[in-house]
Amino acid sequence: MYAYDQYDQAMVDARVAEFRDQCERRLAGKLTEDQFKPLRLMNGLYLQLHAYMLRVAIPYGTLNGGQMRVLADIAEKYDRGYGHFTTRQNIQYNWIKLEDAGDILADLAKVEMHAIQTSGNCIRNISSDHFAGAAADEVADPRPYAELLRQWSSFHPEFSYLPRKFKICVIASENDRAAMRLHDIGIRIVERDGELGAQFYVGGGMGRTPMIAPLIRDFVPLDQLVTYSEACLRVYNRYGRRDNKYKARIKILVHELGAEEYTRQVEEEFAHLLDQGVEPPLAELERIKGFFPDPAFDAADAEPDRSDPDFAVWLDHNTHAHKMPGHVSAIVSLKPVGGIPGDATDAQMRVLADLAEKYSFDELRIMHTQNVVLPHVSKADLYALWQALNEAGMGTPNADLMGDIIACPGLDYCSLANARSIPIAQRISERFAAKGKEAALGELKLKISGCINACGHHHAGHIGILGVDRKGTENYQLLLGGSEAEDTSLAKITGPGFDEHGIVDAVETAADVYLRERTEGERFLDTYRRIGMAPFKEALYD
Amino acid sequence: MTEQAPLRLREDEACMEPAVTLEAFAGQTNAVAVRIEPGEDTRELLPHLDRLRRIDIAFPAFTDGRGYSAARILREAGFAGELRAVGDVLVDQIAYMRRCGFDAFDPDAPLDPKDVEAALNRFPQVYQSAADASTPIWSLRHQ
Ligand code: HEM
Ligand code: SF4
Repeated sequence: MYAYDQYDQAMVDARVAEFRDQCERRLAGKLTEDQFKPLRLMNGLYLQLHAYMLRVAIPYGTLNGGQMRVLADIAEKYDRGYGHFTTRQNIQYNWIKLEDAGDILADLAKVEMHAIQTSGNCIRNISSDHFAGAAADEVADPRPYAELLRQWSSFHPEFSYLPRKFKICVIASENDRAAMRLHDIGIRIVERDGELGAQFYVGGGMGRTPMIAPLIRDFVPLDQLVTYSEACLRVYNRYGRRDNKYKARIKILVHELGAEEYTRQVEEEFAHLLDQGVEPPLAELERIKGFFPDPAFDAADAEPDRSDPDFAVWLDHNTHAHKMPGHVSAIVSLKPVGGIPGDATDAQMRVLADLAEKYSFDELRIMHTQNVVLPHVSKADLYALWQALNEAGMGTPNADLMGDIIACPGLDYCSLANARSIPIAQRISERFAAKGKEAALGELKLKISGCINACGHHHAGHIGILGVDRKGTENYQLLLGGSEAEDTSLAKITGPGFDEHGIVDAVETAADVYLRERTEGERFLDTYRRIGMAPFKEALYD
Repeated sequence: MTEQAPLRLREDEACMEPAVTLEAFAGQTNAVAVRIEPGEDTRELLPHLDRLRRIDIAFPAFTDGRGYSAARILREAGFAGELRAVGDVLVDQIAYMRRCGFDAFDPDAPLDPKDVEAALNRFPQVYQSAADASTPIWSLRHQ
């Protein structure tokens, strides 16, 4: 894992001091709320319905046991004993007091963590593949590139007042586990003729106008990564729309100019910037790579004993192939039946910290699906790990199944919400668990947003649910056919919405259509793509 | 508008000429100070930089960050005259503005010089190269 040197630490410490000063000036009335707002947002502090929410960055979703313990301590000391892991691989605390914010940031800084640029119209926390450095299908570990860009984008003087927020994702596999093409910039590290470089996809996003990012450059050499990113951002900063905040994301600029014209402008700016000396030397990338060595794996390759049937089910659903024989990545479900997706208590976080130290070379990952990964587990340890997870309520064997629901905070917390998301997720999870249909359905990605902003990725759900306001009551639209994976697609609305009970039935109806229509080996998404919307509509509305 | 004199971080004598608009500048050859609005293309000035003494970059709202790019582009092109940030310029943006090449500030609301001093000295280092003389951390690491 990356470790701060004296420079990184000094920067984060300075940020804590700066934010303390800003909070004091706000409390002393020297800053208006309008002036304070963008400053607190650049430190991850949102004002929600009931309290302040603090979003803490987990760069590319990677953290160690000691860091997880501090996240647990913050949940215990400053919140109500839990935290919420988000689709952007961060953690949020929902019940924070402004007076405590400075102290929390200071606690985080002690373990090389921060909340810098986790909100605001700036370059946000960079996301990545949760199996980075562990998956068998990668050409490289994408995290050193993400770290290089993290440093470049931190306190960037030119790009801190962009038209809108800006999200970058870096992966290094043909298989996309990070919704790469739904980011403002999606970068895929690729190999061409034995040489590593980066594909740049620009202008993807969700929100009210979902778009899949087009490829604008197939190969950026590794010693031009920062310069190319800078060119992409400068064209956006200068020409992105500022007249309408709903049209301010880079996806709209790329769409309105056309990918070709946007690319032309980027290439022109890039050619100019190449002479400006903005690129760190390759030695810096090598230095960063040095922090991501392979752990000292044990060579033994014993298959785990599958005689406990419950364990076998968990093995089948919640482990992922590792590049090292004898190892897997284990998915820790934060989706117990009827639970709040992505929530973890302080006690659970401490268990995760212990288990990471004991079984996974002191590493944890946060997934965009709001679960946690122990990336490097020896097969010999899996049974003991599973037992410990079960004891802590984190052994639900439902990765990528119906119960593994992504849900945004919705009307329970969020001031922008039209409808609640969490209770809908809870009812659906309970319904399918009670009927025992989940396993038969297989891979099925259900994603719920409480409003059009799409924090719950509903556009990218095999089944998506969107909360809308219908004459003052909560109403839910059903969407089908989205995917955030390498076969990226956007889901389509089935028709009129449903009330909070009706939507649970509607999801079941759609699932039943799939069970009836599917052919051997087809996932829900495959069946939908083959048979189209009509049979689902018929079952839902006739 | 404030009565306060612009805050300048340069030693030479201030150019007190009124700034003309970009449009007026295009049709007029003897102006030495020009004012750029957020929607205007700074690069139109690049052929004329040697006869300009001051460029004012307008910030009608501090949230509109186009002026940061405008300033950096001018410095990248070698402009050595005064670059003045004008308008909704707040102490919390000054350090970034300075990094993008601004060396004078004419804010709508007066700034507390103590706050300015603190803001400019807040961060010990920088992570990226920009239009100022700071050495980026990546360079310090590999010296
Ligand atoms: C509760 C406070 C929150 C507020 C006020 C909020 C606000 C917003 C808004 C306004 C957008 C639309 C941005 C745009 O289209 O330009 C958005 C998008 C998004 N938010 Fe949130 N959000 C909140 C919580 C969350 C949480 C908890 C997550 C993660 C679980 C999240 C993840 C996202 C994602 C992934 C997007 C879509 C990214 C995209 O537009 O491309 N947000 N949010
Ligand atoms: S999707 Fe809407 S309701 Fe849900 S968190 Fe985002 S802004 Fe709030």
